[in-house]
Amino acid sequence: MSKDVRIRKGVNIKLKGVAEKLYDNPVSTSDIVLKPTDFPGLIPKLSVKIGDKVKAGSPIFYNKENDKVLFTSPISGEVTEINRGEKRKILEVKVKADGDIAYETFKQGDPSSMSREEVLDNMLKSGVWPFIRQRPFDIVANPMDAPKAIHVTAFDSAPLAPDYGFVAHGQGEILQAGLDALAKLTSGKVHLNITGNANADAAFTAAKNVQINKISGPHPAGNVGIQMHHIEPINKGEVVWVLNALDVLTIGKLFKEGKFDASRAVVVAGSKVTAPKYVKTVLGANVSDILKGKTEEGGRYISGNPLTGTQIKEDGHLGFYNYQLTVIPAGGENRFMGWLPFLGFNGFSLSRTSFSFLAPNKERDLDANMNGEERAFVMAGEYEKVFPMNIYPVHLVKSMITQDIDLMESLGVYEVAPEDFALCEYGCTSKIETQKIVREALDLVRKETT
Amino acid sequence: MKALEKFMQKVKPKSDGKFPIAHAIWDGTYTFLFVPGHTNKNGVHIRDSVDLKRTMIIVVMALIPALLFGMYNVGHQHFLAIGECLAGDNVCNLFWDKFLFGAIKVLPLVVISYGVGLGVEFIFAAINKHPIQEGFLVSGMLIPLIVPVDIPWAMLAVAVVFAVIIGKEIFGGTGMNVLNVALVTRAFLFFAYPTKMSGDKVWTNTSLEEGQSLVDGYSGATPLGNAVEGGVEAIPSIMESVIGFVPGSIGETSVIAIGIGALLLLFTGIASWRIMLSTFVGGYVMCLIFNAVAGENLFMAVPALHQLALGGFAFGLVFMATDPVTGTQTNSGKWVYGFVIGFLAILIRVANPAYPEGMMLAILIGNVCAPLIDHVVINSNIKKRLKRVKTA
Repeated sequence: MSKDVRIRKGVNIKLKGVAEKLYDNPVSTSDIVLKPTDFPGLIPKLSVKIGDKVKAGSPIFYNKENDKVLFTSPISGEVTEINRGEKRKILEVKVKADGDIAYETFKQGDPSSMSREEVLDNMLKSGVWPFIRQRPFDIVANPMDAPKAIHVTAFDSAPLAPDYGFVAHGQGEILQAGLDALAKLTSGKVHLNITGNANADAAFTAAKNVQINKISGPHPAGNVGIQMHHIEPINKGEVVWVLNALDVLTIGKLFKEGKFDASRAVVVAGSKVTAPKYVKTVLGANVSDILKGKTEEGGRYISGNPLTGTQIKEDGHLGFYNYQLTVIPAGGENRFMGWLPFLGFNGFSLSRTSFSFLAPNKERDLDANMNGEERAFVMAGEYEKVFPMNIYPVHLVKSMITQDIDLMESLGVYEVAPEDFALCEYGCTSKIETQKIVREALDLVRKETT
Repeated sequence: MKALEKFMQKVKPKSDGKFPIAHAIWDGTYTFLFVPGHTNKNGVHIRDSVDLKRTMIIVVMALIPALLFGMYNVGHQHFLAIGECLAGDNVCNLFWDKFLFGAIKVLPLVVISYGVGLGVEFIFAAINKHPIQEGFLVSGMLIPLIVPVDIPWAMLAVAVVFAVIIGKEIFGGTGMNVLNVALVTRAFLFFAYPTKMSGDKVWTNTSLEEGQSLVDGYSGATPLGNAVEGGVEAIPSIMESVIGFVPGSIGETSVIAIGIGALLLLFTGIASWRIMLSTFVGGYVMCLIFNAVAGENLFMAVPALHQLALGGFAFGLVFMATDPVTGTQTNSGKWVYGFVIGFLAILIRVANPAYPEGMMLAILIGNVCAPLIDHVVINSNIKKRLKRVKTA
């Protein structure tokens, strides 16, 4: 029994620098970084110290609240740096590569013939567990929970996002192994949500042991939270686990090969990249290795997509969940009378206050300017236009600002994640940092209710 | 531009200096000249090109046709009153004289409204140490358009100060106000200085120079003023009301000029078409009800479209009811909200002889009810979610 969902609200923001569907030469990274800041709400405890030798799959740090959740090294090498911020908060752990990757060995075999405990244990020990996130709160899943269902999104609709079908092409067996492992974890269903906008790759359509749902429509159709909301919305007290199909491949490889193989294909895109293509590298890779000689001056480097990604330095590192590296113009220039309507053909507005609506499919070269200053909420209805859930986004955000937990609960805070508000934030006339507000509110609700 | 930018940076006052208001004014001017090149820090890295300044300027642009027509009509009514042009001679003779006369009368009101209002805003911006917000750009233009031309300047200034402080700043400024600021100004004038806001003397400037005299039998009353006194026969034809060469508040008379603004607002999506449509429907329905029970009452029997073309209904519908801050925020709420306003406006206008026009009070009542309407809409959403838990 599959579901066909059509998303109507939302918009595809077309940017310049779409990657060609070709692989560039693979890049071996000089070092990798694991960032505890990639995992909201995590209090990390280190398992290594500087100078320790690690293999791919050796634990680097673990969750203080649940020491079974390990975060392991994606490569083998030596721990060279532990960077801390205020109050000695751990920001980064750097591992210097030692050439060939040596792997820790984990249990190998067909997950469908294993018990739930064996699957769980294998995933926790190898470090693939953090790929699974949970709703509510959009945090790493708690292995003690019994999720109502598991949702896997098989496409990404964000600007310049990788084509999951291109990356997963021909890896149907590995994907199946990963999905079988997931099926062991829930008494409910595993949902594989494929795109309805184009033909999904055979690797996805041939998947078994899962319910395949077809989601069509503009961004944020690829957000797993939006998909879930339309397939079976989550209620208070329930837990649903979510992840994306490319992470399922990593889980599949664990069971096929018995090792934590964190290699991944990353799309390198954006108008500041000279020849945007896909590149094979590894989780947490140093982007200066990937981008050497391939970018123009004056770029903003983003691990992830331009709506939800994290700004990194020129020699920064890819985030744990990111399969995309975007370089867009950094911006920063004042604009004379920049507020004049119907002038300036470079911007892209969701409203009709510039002529950009005449060419919604034109690829644009947007920079990182805010195009205005933060103001109080004034405009009504603009969030609703790009928020395809049966939730009142402005009222929810206002209840988050006032930290009214009861009101947040009744308005649907358990169903949302910051990424679902990315388009609202993009189109916000008042330039409010919506995703930040949502993230802080989720952390608050979690703290107060558990 | 570079030179101007350099100059502005050179004269920048310190925000913690002796005169914080100097910084507030500088900041307001600078960000008006240049959209600052701030870049996104958290969250999205790219942003829509629209901002609040652009939004507000579009509304001001939409008000320009009504303003220009209002200026012309002020002159027109004046020359009609002193008999220098004949009724029906709307555009031919004295075109520039009329326009100039009107401009001389209207522009000071615009200057006072903006000067006083922005002055108060700058003071609050300096006290609260936040940049000035753009809300008053629209209010400042709305205010002169909804007052009679002969309003004394001091009264207007007092009313603007009252409206900005009590109507807006005590709630926290732009985006937080409960009532439409321009309408608070008008309501203040209406109740504090009723003789200057109603009757038949205020709508047309009848100041006479030597050798001039009012034409015999001249009455400067607005069509609605006439109507409540029983002079329904004297109300202008529907055509005249739509074109707008009738006495009234400066910007409210011409449905055509207002319509041009409405098209811009609807096209850009800044004003809600839901509110505009439902306000119109609300007024129309009330007119039909009156028509049905009219009997001997001639005013009740005025055809619906004709009734809606009179007075400030169109102006309020396009520019005031659609205020995104004081109106309802939810889409279903907007239907109810607009309908209530239209319905009440005609009800007050026709049934209550003390108020020849009901639009101002109807919108203020609508503003007050808006949060309640939204509350009901949102509660139904909440109930749906609760129900899901129970059935699941």
